Amino acid sequence: MNIVVLVKQVPNTSEVRIDPKSGNLIREGVESIMNPEDRHALEAALQVKDRSDARITSLSMGPPQAIDVICEALAMGVDRGILLSDKLFAGADTWATSTALGRAIQRIGDYDLILAGRQAVDGDTAQIGPQVAEFLGIPQLTYVQSLEVREGLVVAERVIEEACERIEAPMPVLVTVLASLNEPRYPTVNGILDATADWSEIEVWNAYDIGAKAPDLGLSGSLTQVIRTFTPKEARDTQYLEGAPASVASQLVERLRQKEIRLGE
Amino acid sequence: MAEIVIDLDKCNGCGMCSRSCPYQAIEMEDKKARWLEDRCTLCGACLESCKFEALTGQMPVRPVPDFSAYRDVWVFVEQTNGIVHRSGLELLGCARTLADDLDQQVVAVVFGDKVSQHATDLIHYGADRCVVVEDPSLAYYQTCSYTHALAVIVERNQPAILLIAATHLGRDLAPRLARRMGLGLTADCTRLSIDPEERILLQTRPAFGGNIMATIVTRFSRPQTATVRPGIMKALEPDPSRTGRIDAEHLDMAECREFTKVLECVMQEEKGIKLPSAKIIVAGGRPVCSERGMSILSEFAEAVGGQVACTRVVVEEGYLPPEHQVGQTGQTVRPEVYFACGISGAIQHKAGMDGSRYIVAINKDPDAPIFGIADFAIVGDLFEVLPALTREVSGQ
Repeated sequence: MNIVVLVKQVPNTSEVRIDPKSGNLIREGVESIMNPEDRHALEAALQVKDRSDARITSLSMGPPQAIDVICEALAMGVDRGILLSDKLFAGADTWATSTALGRAIQRIGDYDLILAGRQAVDGDTAQIGPQVAEFLGIPQLTYVQSLEVREGLVVAERVIEEACERIEAPMPVLVTVLASLNEPRYPTVNGILDATADWSEIEVWNAYDIGAKAPDLGLSGSLTQVIRTFTPKEARDTQYLEGAPASVASQLVERLRQKEIRLGE
Repeated sequence: MAEIVIDLDKCNGCGMCSRSCPYQAIEMEDKKARWLEDRCTLCGACLESCKFEALTGQMPVRPVPDFSAYRDVWVFVEQTNGIVHRSGLELLGCARTLADDLDQQVVAVVFGDKVSQHATDLIHYGADRCVVVEDPSLAYYQTCSYTHALAVIVERNQPAILLIAATHLGRDLAPRLARRMGLGLTADCTRLSIDPEERILLQTRPAFGGNIMATIVTRFSRPQTATVRPGIMKALEPDPSRTGRIDAEHLDMAECREFTKVLECVMQEEKGIKLPSAKIIVAGGRPVCSERGMSILSEFAEAVGGQVACTRVVVEEGYLPPEHQVGQTGQTVRPEVYFACGISGAIQHKAGMDGSRYIVAINKDPDAPIFGIADFAIVGDLFEVLPALTREVSGQ
């Protein structure tokens, strides 16, 4: 069985800070990590490989330094890593990104199962999985919290609003996973040595390698454009209430009553 | 077709263009440059590299197509087991404002087996017209059937704007639809408005874990399609005097191959807590992570008739189950009053509650960011302030 796992390098958003003067994002010193949910997608693929004959390719699109997440995937036990990297990919929205990833998967060919994290923490769109599945014309299972791979098909549990459904899909199929699916393994020392050895199977593909032209890629191939970014404004007229706890309490209840908010009624 | 033209009289064979090309699409042959079309990605790097103006290129320009035939603001209204999801009503409220700004109509579209009885309600909630598609294969959501049905309906009706709730269903359906129809798609918007000059949809959403907001436009495809975060937009008060047209549309569902088979669907147990619809929420942060902290918090919540909520750390420490968590990775709430008790106000938490009508912040640290978004700020120890408030409210 051939498995492709989509991974993404993202800034660690819990470390992202805003410059209080300029209101800009401070990216310097923010560590780059593998998107957390993608590790669970890798673990799901590795568990299939633990039990049966499977070959796993991890695929990412990003700047040259995103090779780090490909190495990390290899260190966890993935067989082959491919980084799509080209300045033509820059500024891609999910339409253009799914075009590039879809074409790369077509070039990899002969895939049975494609796995990805539910969404990436920098964009939070959750769109790439379904858009790649549609590009390839294969079924998709999103929000998966349990996955069973059988001969020619998968059975998954999907978390949906206020319910959980058990669903079956034939291969090839694309599955996006939740963190509750499994506990990702750590890279082993041998894995790290293998991943960084000269004979490790890591390739970097550009636009030409996937047969794509500039008008389909990056910003110029995108259907949406970001026209403005700004920091969320905090516009409330804050009233400070001061005094002993009992006094503060009665002031607050009174102020809320003036706003026609009655507590405990 | 865009192409690179090489003026052989001007080319002196310096080879700069060949070296500048990332794709080996220019070769030097007899001391002249030669363009290899099949390798070229039209990136334009060679044009900038030539100092002798020997290379000219007609790089593709992106004309904005004429979209004047696309009209109206459409809302895909989600239903499960014949019950309309609250998010659909919120979207109708938002669509009403957008459509009024454009001087166009709001159209609700609902899929299912027997759903026509909802049409009148949807009109009361702000739709001018309701499109009902009834088919047994649409009774229960499945990706391919719904994508097929919505694609056919959109193709037939050519809306200017299509809004879908960013629920799990919506975020499974919308990207599939967008990829099939060649639509730009913006995920999980928290604010929508119409640009007064261009008359296009301004789609604003948080990125980088809520640290920045981005406004996104879709100039090159129609309908302008967005998923919208549930719990942010306000539903209108239903107006029974509103009237509108109800259209039943029919489709050939046999054209669509459904790959997946739903084996079973288990409704989650009623957790007894519905934060998104709570009027008063009493939320605690790290300082309430103790038995005493939890009891002070819940006594106050009981006294004010509110629901108990918390930040992520409280869930991680095991003091409350995950359905109580408010924030980026938890629930989005907009109660009448939100009491933030011992909550510093990290951006991830604020993302889930800054739409509350009134925010009361209680924190020992006068520099806590939560005070920046509070209506009422109390700098003090919640272990003193909350019991005092409980006494005040219960009249003791």
